[in-house]
Amino acid sequence: MKKVLMGNFAASHGVRLSRAQVISAYPITPQTHVVEELSAMVARGELNAKFIKVESEHSALACCIAASVMGARAFTATSSHGLLLMHELLHWASGGRLPIVMVAVNRAIAPGWNIWNEQTDTLSQRDTGWIQLYCASNQEILDTVIQAFRLAETVKIPVMVIYDAFILSHTYEPVDIPDQKTVDAFLPPLKNPEVLKVGEARAFGSVTSPDFHMEFRMKLHDTYERVPEEFEKIEQAYAATVGRTYGAIEPYRCEDAELVMVVAGSLAGPTKMVVDGLRQKGIKAGRIKLKMFRPFPTKPLQEALKNAKKILVLDRNLSPGTGGIFAHELRSALKGDARPVWGFVAGIGGRDITPELIESMFFDAIGADAPVSTTIFKGVRL
Amino acid sequence: MIEPNYSIEEEREFLHPGHLACQGCGATIAIRYVLKALGEKTVVVIPACCWSIIAGLFPSSCLGVPLIHTAFETSAVAATGARAALDMQGKEDVHVLAWAGDGGTFDIGFQALSGAAERNENILYCCYDNEAYMNTGIQRSSATPVGAWTTTTPKGGLEDRPKKNIVRIMAAHGIPYAATANVAFPDDLYRKAKKAASIRGMKFIHILSPCPTGWRIPSSESVEVARLATLTNLFPLYEVENGTDLTVNYIPPKKVTVENYLRPQGRFHLMSEEEKEGIQRQVDAAWEALLREAKKR
Repeated sequence: MKKVLMGNFAASHGVRLSRAQVISAYPITPQTHVVEELSAMVARGELNAKFIKVESEHSALACCIAASVMGARAFTATSSHGLLLMHELLHWASGGRLPIVMVAVNRAIAPGWNIWNEQTDTLSQRDTGWIQLYCASNQEILDTVIQAFRLAETVKIPVMVIYDAFILSHTYEPVDIPDQKTVDAFLPPLKNPEVLKVGEARAFGSVTSPDFHMEFRMKLHDTYERVPEEFEKIEQAYAATVGRTYGAIEPYRCEDAELVMVVAGSLAGPTKMVVDGLRQKGIKAGRIKLKMFRPFPTKPLQEALKNAKKILVLDRNLSPGTGGIFAHELRSALKGDARPVWGFVAGIGGRDITPELIESMFFDAIGADAPVSTTIFKGVRL
Repeated sequence: MIEPNYSIEEEREFLHPGHLACQGCGATIAIRYVLKALGEKTVVVIPACCWSIIAGLFPSSCLGVPLIHTAFETSAVAATGARAALDMQGKEDVHVLAWAGDGGTFDIGFQALSGAAERNENILYCCYDNEAYMNTGIQRSSATPVGAWTTTTPKGGLEDRPKKNIVRIMAAHGIPYAATANVAFPDDLYRKAKKAASIRGMKFIHILSPCPTGWRIPSSESVEVARLATLTNLFPLYEVENGTDLTVNYIPPKKVTVENYLRPQGRFHLMSEEEKEGIQRQVDAAWEALLREAKKR
């Protein structure tokens, strides 16, 4: 069934179709609609779940963690400061190998207060052990939420489904909502999900001495090696049942491209348009949409970039002193590669990134053999 | 006096030998009686506190029931999450026990505790109160009493603020059941845990649990010192139902001055006589007020 939905409601439908059993959340702009709609779905009887209206985001994730330990399919949603408040529990969830799914809507961080789009909130949770999947359309949000539960439950690693504040969260797009039967076929109920069982004297999270702790973390790391392969299998299964696929990365006109721009999130749309415009001018441009950030899709990126002469990264985020975080990660993935990488930072705090601005980044790279500096801010008023 | 009408000894043990508590640990006595009352169908949630160590190092556990260790400030909400999962599975007869120290209850976990109480979550929250951060080596908490020495209220800067009245704060949330208990009165503690188990909604029991290390007492005197806290009316045993209905559960047979409670404890040795007299006056006034409130019913 097709409906015109805002990104946040697309997420809510994804959670409903995934039959989440425990939902715990705290309001924060621009995420709030996701859980408002879920509470309405529970109240209307469309979703059989416990909806717990906790007093903070920290508690929201703590609640999901204990629910997951006891075997429930658990979901939460947050943004910006809420995500930062959850930071401690993010480690608990991944370290506990709990298949929790979270929606994180990318929003800037204070001071000053800013509710607009920026990716620094989720990217600063890079090392918490959560799989991160960035979405570029409302349809992709709905589909990714459903896939995320299956991925999380397959590899026993929590998954963050991420999309841009307002540009997607509050923007209406036509979305195909699969029927429940189709999703049930793709995502069966959890099998033997409990970490702990009533009547069994076992403990979750006991004091772990240096004799054991390292192996637990190493196993988490080792499992990450399997995630790209499992994600691909899940995408294939989703394509077979629901009929859509996205890929860990989505290259566009990269085969013969000399300049390739790498972006994540809703920037995938305007950059595609800019690439088409440049092609009409005879410039061999391409772009890669990065969906998966953790684990970092090094091999597919290397493959998609193999013919590029110049690489551009557009970051709507900033690690002060380092620059754009995607650029930093890409340089690390391409280590030993002599090709120049332009690291552009734009759109901080929700400033518009116009097609003209994106095009100017390509022209910067066309007109030089190497970037003038590691990080180049674009669209700055000084 | 409290007349036991059941035999605690008949109940099964869920605290097993091999735990890692110090000798004379009140918190260990406390969980023993509470788990006897709750039985096998119980899930325990423990935040960072002495008990996160006492329970045992991976892969061991000294408890005969499942145990979720959780972050310091999350015991009430982790219990909420476990409850939600169990309810979704139709296991509504399983008790969920949050078991936290005074730091995790009065201080860092208070926000989540207040949230769970306000929502009237169907859990039992027990605070074993040893009146300081004992697991990290005796630092003051908002449960540390006036005049106490700790490593952060040292000589020249003894604790000068009264202990937070946690039971009255919890009762003010309008929860079905809030009570005090003392490991030196195990019949009363057991009865209260049984009563809490029979009530649907949020239950809170504040258990005075002596810490020989932090209180500077011999481990053999743990229970005796705890008993004096109640005999001197410094830690009265009472329960508050539905936020307002207050019952005093124990009235000491004769007056015992607080000096008898303070003297054996090294942590109070730096207090002046005037300060001790001040505490006696406060205790007398609080006890009279408590009896008046109980009589109003």
